Amino acid sequence: MAAPEPEAPTTARSRAKDHSPWNWLLFIPILVPLIPAFFNDDSPALLGFPRFYWLQLAYILLGVATTTLVYQMTKKRGDR
Amino acid sequence: MWRDHLTEIIVFSLLFLLVSAMGFVAARWRAPKDMAHLDEWGLGGRSFGGWITWFLVGGDLYTAYTFVAVPALMFGAGAAGFFAVPYTIVIYPLVFLVLVRLWSVSHRHGFVTPADFVRKRFDSPVLALLIAITGIVATMPYIALQLVGIEAVLKTMGVTGESTVARHLPIIIAFAILAAYTYQSGLRAPALIAFVKDTLIYIVILVAVIWLPYKLGGWGDIFAAADAKFQASPSTNDGILLNANNQLQYITLAFGSALALFLYPHSITGVLASKNRDVIKRNMSALPAYSLLLGLIALLGYMAIAAGVKPLPGATAGTVDSNTVVPLLFDQQFPDWFAGVAYAAIGIGALVPAAIMSIAAANLFTRNIYKEYLKRDATPAQEANVSKITSLVVKVGAVACIVFLDPQFSIDLQLIGGVIILQTLPAVALGLYTRWFHRGALIAGWAAGMGLGMWMLYQIPHPNAALNRKHFGGSGFPLADFGFDTKKTIYVGIVAVLVNLLVAVILTLILRAAKVTEGVDGTARDDYFADEGDPRVTPGERRDADAAPEPVA
Repeated sequence: MAAPEPEAPTTARSRAKDHSPWNWLLFIPILVPLIPAFFNDDSPALLGFPRFYWLQLAYILLGVATTTLVYQMTKKRGDR
Repeated sequence: MWRDHLTEIIVFSLLFLLVSAMGFVAARWRAPKDMAHLDEWGLGGRSFGGWITWFLVGGDLYTAYTFVAVPALMFGAGAAGFFAVPYTIVIYPLVFLVLVRLWSVSHRHGFVTPADFVRKRFDSPVLALLIAITGIVATMPYIALQLVGIEAVLKTMGVTGESTVARHLPIIIAFAILAAYTYQSGLRAPALIAFVKDTLIYIVILVAVIWLPYKLGGWGDIFAAADAKFQASPSTNDGILLNANNQLQYITLAFGSALALFLYPHSITGVLASKNRDVIKRNMSALPAYSLLLGLIALLGYMAIAAGVKPLPGATAGTVDSNTVVPLLFDQQFPDWFAGVAYAAIGIGALVPAAIMSIAAANLFTRNIYKEYLKRDATPAQEANVSKITSLVVKVGAVACIVFLDPQFSIDLQLIGGVIILQTLPAVALGLYTRWFHRGALIAGWAAGMGLGMWMLYQIPHPNAALNRKHFGGSGFPLADFGFDTKKTIYVGIVAVLVNLLVAVILTLILRAAKVTEGVDGTARDDYFADEGDPRVTPGERRDADAAPEPVA
């Protein structure tokens, strides 16, 4: 009983808007911060911060860099 | 007692009055032609650009309670409390693509709440009602907890009293003011106040993370003091690093909380108020600035250890209120006037999310209960009016929770809130991508996840045995209780939502095989990509014009 999906050509074009291989990069900042083996240790310490703390704070940069890159690479250029 | 804190109280009150005035003026900020519409009152006209959205959503997600409770957790348990950092890192890449779909479909159809979307997508008023109720129930204790944040500050300033009413009078006044300007200005009030709140918080934290380590002998000494405290404590689950048993809990809690955050109605309200898809995507890169702030705030818990802070006594004899450690740290280490600024930052920090949450809960009631079941032909003006009144009721309820019940009750409920809001994931988040699930299966999955989640939370005793609380003591469920030979614990929400999904998948297959009717999907594929400038994107005249999905030529 599902409604028939409209299959106009315009639909196909705008559907492609969200699809990009760059999007796969988003998995990096989702997975890396969730691996305790990377951060769960004291050394090396940085400015007095054990690795547990400075590395997890550094992951913020990883997240920002990735989302910024993906945004820049996938945003619409002009009136495409 | 309070006379010792006079400077702090004066600074706090002045800043509080300043933002209250701003709250009332906000009604005229970016003034609409007609405020009597839910899009205006409840979503600020759906017109917020990048900066406003950044302040609004930042002020909304990173609440006063977070700022008080996370360092309190670090103070008490150490590394486990730092989960807030990976949680708020993982969240943005996770929802980067999801939220823009939600934005697009909501603007095409004039959705105000996640339940509106579910109603249309799955053609099921029952499922939408469940989503709406889940959202309201999960949000209410969250609002009450914002009061706990303010109370921690007031307590430290010595503003307490003997009787129940005297003790809570400042909070009742604060919330009455908040309720009044939210009633008048809607979402514009927290959006405007968020500028002040976040500026104050950033100043306070920057000063704190530079000044306090300097006073306390450097970061090395701060971590050493925390380490020494946890080494000396009898508990085996604390420490400045995770141990073998709580790593799974740490990452599942971070991931599960990330999944849950943008299912909360108040987060969605903030997202839907933005003016286009780009604003949302750019904010996914900009909002982590608050995560850095949160990470540094978390470390205030260790600074409090290094500074030898002793938390104030709790509500029941023999307990301590660890939420007071950060206010006490400020009181002890900062000059009075600056401690006052810091307290105001926390106090105002409570108002922004409380306002947005009450608006979100009110919108859910209006759209998915009032309009669906009580008055089908409600006009936009009536909708806005019902929402305004409901937002008052919600705030009175939150204050009543704090005044008449043990605050611990709200904390328990908030713990439950995270688990139950996660049960809306299959319908809301996966629903944005696929219509594959059967509406009946989603309802059954929701019920299964809900039931299991509540049962698991009920089984968890409080880690502090002295409290003698056998139920709802935390969110880490021992895997041993499932029969595994291990001491590891896991976040309840993750288990519950996995079971929810499993039930939904199996039942979808069964219902489909049995050819049970699925209803009509009221959204079209193209709706999920619409952006600002699209002729069919609201704000426009045709909201709620129940249009059949039609291809746009």
